[in-house]
Amino acid sequence: MASTEIMTVNMGPQHPSTHGVLRLVVELDGEVIQKITPHIGYLHRGVEKLSEHRTYHQTLPLTDRLDYLAPMSNNLGYVLAVEKLLGIEIPERAQTVRVILTELTRLKSHLVWIACHALDIGAMTVFIYAFREREKVMSLYEKISGARMTSSYFRIGGLSADVYDGFEKDVQEIVDTFPGHFDTYEGLLTKNTIWMQRTIGNGVISAEDAINYGITGPALRGSGVDWDLRRDNPYSGYEKYNFQVPVGKNCDTYDRYKVRLVEMREAVKIIKQALDSLKPGPVLANAPQVCYPPKEEVYNTIEGLIHHFKIASEGFPVPEGEVYQSVENPKGELGYYIVSDGGTKPYRMRIRPPSFVNLGAIEKMAKGAMIADLVAVIGTLDIVLGEIDR
Amino acid sequence: MDALLALPPMYYVAMVAKVLIAFVFVLLTVAYATYAERKVIGFMQVRLGPMRTGWYGLLQPIADGLKLFFKEEVVPKQASTFAFLVAPLIALVPAFISFAVIPFGGNVEVFGYTIPLQIASVYDPTVGKVLDLNVGVLYILGMASLGVYGIVLAGWSSNSKYSLLGGLRASAQMISYELAAGLAIVSIFLMSGSLSLNQIVADQAGAFGVAGWYLFRNPFTFLAGIIFFICSIAEINRTPFDLPEAETELVSGFCTEYSSMKYAMFFMAEYANMVTVCAVTTTLFLGGWHGPAFLPGWMWFIAKVYFLIFCCMWIRATYPRYRYDQLMRLGWKVFLPITLVNVVATALWIMVVG
Repeated sequence: MASTEIMTVNMGPQHPSTHGVLRLVVELDGEVIQKITPHIGYLHRGVEKLSEHRTYHQTLPLTDRLDYLAPMSNNLGYVLAVEKLLGIEIPERAQTVRVILTELTRLKSHLVWIACHALDIGAMTVFIYAFREREKVMSLYEKISGARMTSSYFRIGGLSADVYDGFEKDVQEIVDTFPGHFDTYEGLLTKNTIWMQRTIGNGVISAEDAINYGITGPALRGSGVDWDLRRDNPYSGYEKYNFQVPVGKNCDTYDRYKVRLVEMREAVKIIKQALDSLKPGPVLANAPQVCYPPKEEVYNTIEGLIHHFKIASEGFPVPEGEVYQSVENPKGELGYYIVSDGGTKPYRMRIRPPSFVNLGAIEKMAKGAMIADLVAVIGTLDIVLGEIDR
Repeated sequence: MDALLALPPMYYVAMVAKVLIAFVFVLLTVAYATYAERKVIGFMQVRLGPMRTGWYGLLQPIADGLKLFFKEEVVPKQASTFAFLVAPLIALVPAFISFAVIPFGGNVEVFGYTIPLQIASVYDPTVGKVLDLNVGVLYILGMASLGVYGIVLAGWSSNSKYSLLGGLRASAQMISYELAAGLAIVSIFLMSGSLSLNQIVADQAGAFGVAGWYLFRNPFTFLAGIIFFICSIAEINRTPFDLPEAETELVSGFCTEYSSMKYAMFFMAEYANMVTVCAVTTTLFLGGWHGPAFLPGWMWFIAKVYFLIFCCMWIRATYPRYRYDQLMRLGWKVFLPITLVNVVATALWIMVVG
């Protein structure tokens, strides 16, 4: 027998399919993976620490940069946490718009997932198609908040402004056209023999293991665990909407792929319902100590100007206490744990990023597989380094 | 030989002109295959492809070439320099010289001489026949398997792990698919009884220029044709079999460490190989230059080759990539048995049906 040698390959931080700056030290026996050690931290910006020196309003833009593929979902988790701590009621219109936008964000994030996942496995065309559709959501983002990625559109207490005229029409167009586009992707992938060969039986993780590793989101549901925070621990009025929670059976990449595709279709359904129930009304809570006054007041009255100046310069005090609020992000459970000492800045903010926790299972899922499978596993975990490193 | 030397100089001029025109045409096709690939896949992916360099980006291949030419030559310190430098050549040259035996048209009359449109052949007026390499198919198979040495050497000499993995994948892949491709051609040998490509093409003349194609002669040659084309795509490492340079796995596979013209050579070799296998498939299965009479033979040949190239690009835009072991399984467990049975079936068909 010829003697064999274990080869150590350093994948990343500059590698086409590690989705950012993930570095994986992979030990290979031929092409078979023996060990994977993820090294993270190349994108660390210290979001948690930075937030301790910023007022609650100023912390909000930092959350855009966590999972930069789903900024509005991150915003939602944060504003919900602070609102819970403050105990303020959000007007219904603001809640509904938030649901519409977070579900659009889910679509946006999942479109990037299917694009990159398919590209990693070699299907180039799906990548371009999905990015074409994502562009529509991005334009909507831009129209609504002025920014394509770092939107910071939600505010503690509601929304930064009411939606623009024609918002309903734009959303309606997305609702009408997207399911057809999903059919296109499915046409290219779902029954494609090579796609099925590559994904069925790849990256298997049992329901028990998935729970033990703390995996959340579509990756957990792909393993057959019926758990969705939107349904099981509703927030922002999700209890009002009818939607299915797709669950996989075989715990492999193919099931996770199907779960995410169904999720996209369900997201469209939620948007449709929310759009139908959207009624005119205020978009900011009646909480003058927290929310900025309307711009006309700021420009035209001295009281309004002082009001605005006070909130902008020193923020608002938040009652002493602690809160944990989690939302079902496209990647999984995103949680904010905020401790307040009664001041205008968070005493401590801890973020539970779904990608970070999900990444922990990578060795479990890819060990003994081939290097091409590892790439598929990275894709199916749908990690974002902005969130892992924070 | 004496008879050849006794020929007048104008004959040689005509012969050299033929070789030059054919070679330049192949070179241009290779260069513009890169452009066509970007355009075709671009349109399939609802984008435009290159548009800025020249009218509709037509100067893109030239711009690419110039850019690569002026790039810095990097040779890794740990690389085995000689092998590293020679590998791109070994990859490129066989890709082009396979063309020497492919007939790309019927005979033409130039200066009163009959010139066969095939680089390595002459027309012998004494017997009234075209003489070409009598083992043309073997020569093509040989050249095709030489090309892999370039890739394996590149992978090994770079002294980089991604390159090594790419080179290993390439060698395993080439060996597996060469067998199936070779066995698929055996059906053609059985039909034609000759290894001379000129003879094989001549044998495919038929009603409307289409009926004689080996692809349509009997169901088994049809199957052989399909398998040969798939195996050819696998042999030249194109999607869905582009494992040796699988971008998302091995960064750039065997050519990870290459830059400048050396990289350009690999790039050209890839496209030259694609043009070559499409030409071989055309010659063996699609009747070579035979086609309905309203177009001259060489035009039919070009049209068929371009159509097959288009198919390669179409496949690339559609399919994901195979995994290493799946690729091996497909080659050894699916294509090899099928082609083996197919050879026997073709022989039986010839015996029974004729």
